[in-house]
Amino acid sequence: MDPASQLPTLLGLAWLAPLVSFVAILFFGPRMGHHGRNAAWVATAAIVTSLLLSLAAFGTWLAAHPVTAVAHGSHAAEVDGHATDTHAAEAAHVDHGDHGDHDGHASPSDHHDGHHAATVPAAYAGDWYTLYQGGSLRLSIGWYIDALTVLMFVVVTFIATCIHIYASGYMHDELHDVTDHEVHLADGSHLHRPGRFPRFFQALSLFCFSMLGIVIAGNLAMVFIFWELVGICSWFLIGFYFERKSASTAANKAFIVNRVGDFGMLIGLMALWGALGTLHFADSTAAGVDGHAAVQPGLFSLVRPAESGHALQVPDGMVKFANASEVGRITTEYAGRPADGAAEVAARVRDWRSQGYGRWLLFIAGVGIFCGCVGKSAQFPLFVWLPDAMEGPTPVSALVHSATMVAAGVYLVGRFYPVLTPDVLLVIAVIGGITLFIAATIALVANDIKRVLAYSTVSQLGYMMLALGVGGWSAGLFHLVTHAFFKSLLFLCSGSVIHACHTNDMRKMGGLARVMPWTAGTMLVGCLAIIGAGIPFVIGLSGYYSKDAILAQALSYSQANPSWTILYYAVAGGAFLTAFYMFRLWFMTFAGTPRDHHVADHAHESPNVMVAPLVALAVLAIVAGWTLPGGFGLANLLEQARPIGTEATTSDTFLFGTLTVPAEHLSHEGAIHVTATLTAFTTAAAGVLLAAAMYLWRIISPATVASVFRPLYSFLANRWYFDELYNAIFVRPVFAVASLASGTDRGVIDRFIEGVAWSARQLAGFDAWIDRTLVDGLVNATASATWHAGLELKKLQTGRLRQYVMFIVVGTVALFVLASMLFRAGLAG
Amino acid sequence: MNTLATGLSFAATPLVAGLFDAPVGVAHYLVVGAILFTSGVVCMALKRNALGVLMGIELVLNGANVNFVAFSSPYLRGEGAASLGLDGQLIALFVILLAAAEAAVALAITLNFYNNHATVDIDRADDLKG
Repeated sequence: MDPASQLPTLLGLAWLAPLVSFVAILFFGPRMGHHGRNAAWVATAAIVTSLLLSLAAFGTWLAAHPVTAVAHGSHAAEVDGHATDTHAAEAAHVDHGDHGDHDGHASPSDHHDGHHAATVPAAYAGDWYTLYQGGSLRLSIGWYIDALTVLMFVVVTFIATCIHIYASGYMHDELHDVTDHEVHLADGSHLHRPGRFPRFFQALSLFCFSMLGIVIAGNLAMVFIFWELVGICSWFLIGFYFERKSASTAANKAFIVNRVGDFGMLIGLMALWGALGTLHFADSTAAGVDGHAAVQPGLFSLVRPAESGHALQVPDGMVKFANASEVGRITTEYAGRPADGAAEVAARVRDWRSQGYGRWLLFIAGVGIFCGCVGKSAQFPLFVWLPDAMEGPTPVSALVHSATMVAAGVYLVGRFYPVLTPDVLLVIAVIGGITLFIAATIALVANDIKRVLAYSTVSQLGYMMLALGVGGWSAGLFHLVTHAFFKSLLFLCSGSVIHACHTNDMRKMGGLARVMPWTAGTMLVGCLAIIGAGIPFVIGLSGYYSKDAILAQALSYSQANPSWTILYYAVAGGAFLTAFYMFRLWFMTFAGTPRDHHVADHAHESPNVMVAPLVALAVLAIVAGWTLPGGFGLANLLEQARPIGTEATTSDTFLFGTLTVPAEHLSHEGAIHVTATLTAFTTAAAGVLLAAAMYLWRIISPATVASVFRPLYSFLANRWYFDELYNAIFVRPVFAVASLASGTDRGVIDRFIEGVAWSARQLAGFDAWIDRTLVDGLVNATASATWHAGLELKKLQTGRLRQYVMFIVVGTVALFVLASMLFRAGLAG
Repeated sequence: MNTLATGLSFAATPLVAGLFDAPVGVAHYLVVGAILFTSGVVCMALKRNALGVLMGIELVLNGANVNFVAFSSPYLRGEGAASLGLDGQLIALFVILLAAAEAAVALAITLNFYNNHATVDIDRADDLKG
């Protein structure tokens, strides 16, 4: 078993399988059975193939890197893993060297100094195909595989599989002609259109392919490519019912808002490429200028070089880039001796670095990349698109909200983690905190079942970002995985409810637990998981572990940085709000008596093809966070991929004063852990109890509460007026500029062009007059003269033969007379 | 030669007078040819019978033939003539041949005309007039 060559092959195939399905459905979709019925099977087969290959890769990984309990202080297991990895990478190099693949090691391998904060995570990196190489820029399709990659592959493909199966049931309406009751045509009738079953699965396959592309990507350029592909897929799927105005608007909104974030990401990419000349995460071997293969250091080893014990430092490239004028001066001074000049610059870099050159650049690079994640992961201030994305079919919502699109942003922050400075991390944490709080408060008053879940997703993404920002790398990604399971579960449950009730409005539901026991039960599991239910210190659902880890890390951070204690309160308050709105949702939907009998009588349990994924996901929502006695579990698996240099507490002073990012293992210790767990339990319990009091036992009337806090209620119900705010700040000015531009276009440019056209027309009219009168007149006159001459000459044609002879004779004689007279005249002359 | 030069001119009086006392030369042939030609033309112009017109054509052609033959007579050619001197006779033979062909075609037309109109009066042949 050689993981260095097997993993890229397995995961590469798992990545490409959905692409094959996409292409197949693209070309042959409508011919796949009646109305393209078999397209669902093709897409599902592809994603199941991906799942199996991912599981095989997971097995390969586990065989090479057994997951054991992490003992803090002694890193024997990881050093061992590192040694294995080095060996494997060398073997891979021999294997692939002959056909131009560049297998590199993720990080410098000559490092066994036993430094505490310098454990190198096991990772494999390399390129399949070089798209472009020019100067120092090399764009390639490559892989960077560590425990996180493998884990994300399994999670994404598993959830996508569930959603494919579920969707093949949910989308059956599209198998025949559809009458869309939400679209009113001009004549008052409803839109009648053919079903689009294959197209749905086609876009779903492309979506999975794009997401897996982000996960496997070995460099930021490739991440960006698939980042945009994910964006366009979301546009296809959110706008699936594009005849509905709301759906096409939502699709455009999601795409445009994401573009805003991507603009920041481009700035980050340019900062990195301009200063460092590489976008690869890991070191790679590439043909140098002289044709010899040379190791090109990747971003990780540039920012955290082995010589400094993998401590974060501003890379040389950025220092030089920031102090370009001085570098230029030295280069001029040593004109003709470039080697000496380079040596002089290199000697001074350390000095410049301590003076702070390049720190801004590193900050901008980090914040820029995070901007992209803000867009994709729906963070404040760009979260407005996600709730509107509900316009897509529910399976798409489930996929977008759990495993694919929004996960991409969190994943990228996790992947890019080594490059992020404490200041960037604080920005991430604050943005995450704001997001989780705003979204949670909006979810409190939403009445649309999918909208509650949408804001809960935004809020949970805020949790993840905050966790990553306060140094909880493992906590944040742990929550990403557990959230993926229970959020897809919740969405599929809500889809099942909507499927049964044909309405999204929770005020019309109630008492559905009787008619939909499976949906109600699995949704209860999802709700319990998202609030982090469990018996403190004993056992709990998956959310219990991840949420506790986040809370503990936030507490640890706020103790290390007392001025940022607010972050901890945001997390704790968010936990309370989460518990409240999730159980408000469950009670309003399933508990009590039906509010609308028309809806309740119509309701029924969904077909098995839809219930089966619910059960599978519910089981995972329960067990995903567990750590088995041997140490096998998500948390320890993630520890294998812990970014270099984050084991130890790091401290830095820059924009926001001195920031200390505490090591994550500190949060597992005694006091912090106990406090965090108890806080989580108390807040969640309080939230559930309040929800029960208001919506189950009816002790407190929600209407009374709403009227007492009328201004606050309408503020929340209007979603903090964010849409109105953006409308006023961005949309209206754009419209104003657009109308000004169109006014200029109509009033000035069109007028001018119309004037030119009018003059040309007048000129042409004059020209036509000349043509008709003079030219045509001349031609007609010639013709008519010829005609009349012909008429006159016709009279000579008498048909009398003898007369003709007379003419000939007379003519001949006349000619002779004439000729003789001329002859005479000629002789005389 | 002097005679010929004056004979070609239309100052007629000395020419006509000289014809009778001069030995027979080209001018006499030309007179015969002119008479034939004129008779033919007059015949063509005055005859209403198609056959008469055809006869007039024959006269015209033969008037021309007389001229050709006269001009090519070795007696009449200059001493320094380089050619064999048969070109006039050849043209005459050619014209005779042509006249035969023409007569055949013309007679066929006439016959057809007669078949269609039961007459050979050429004044009736005005179907194609404009």
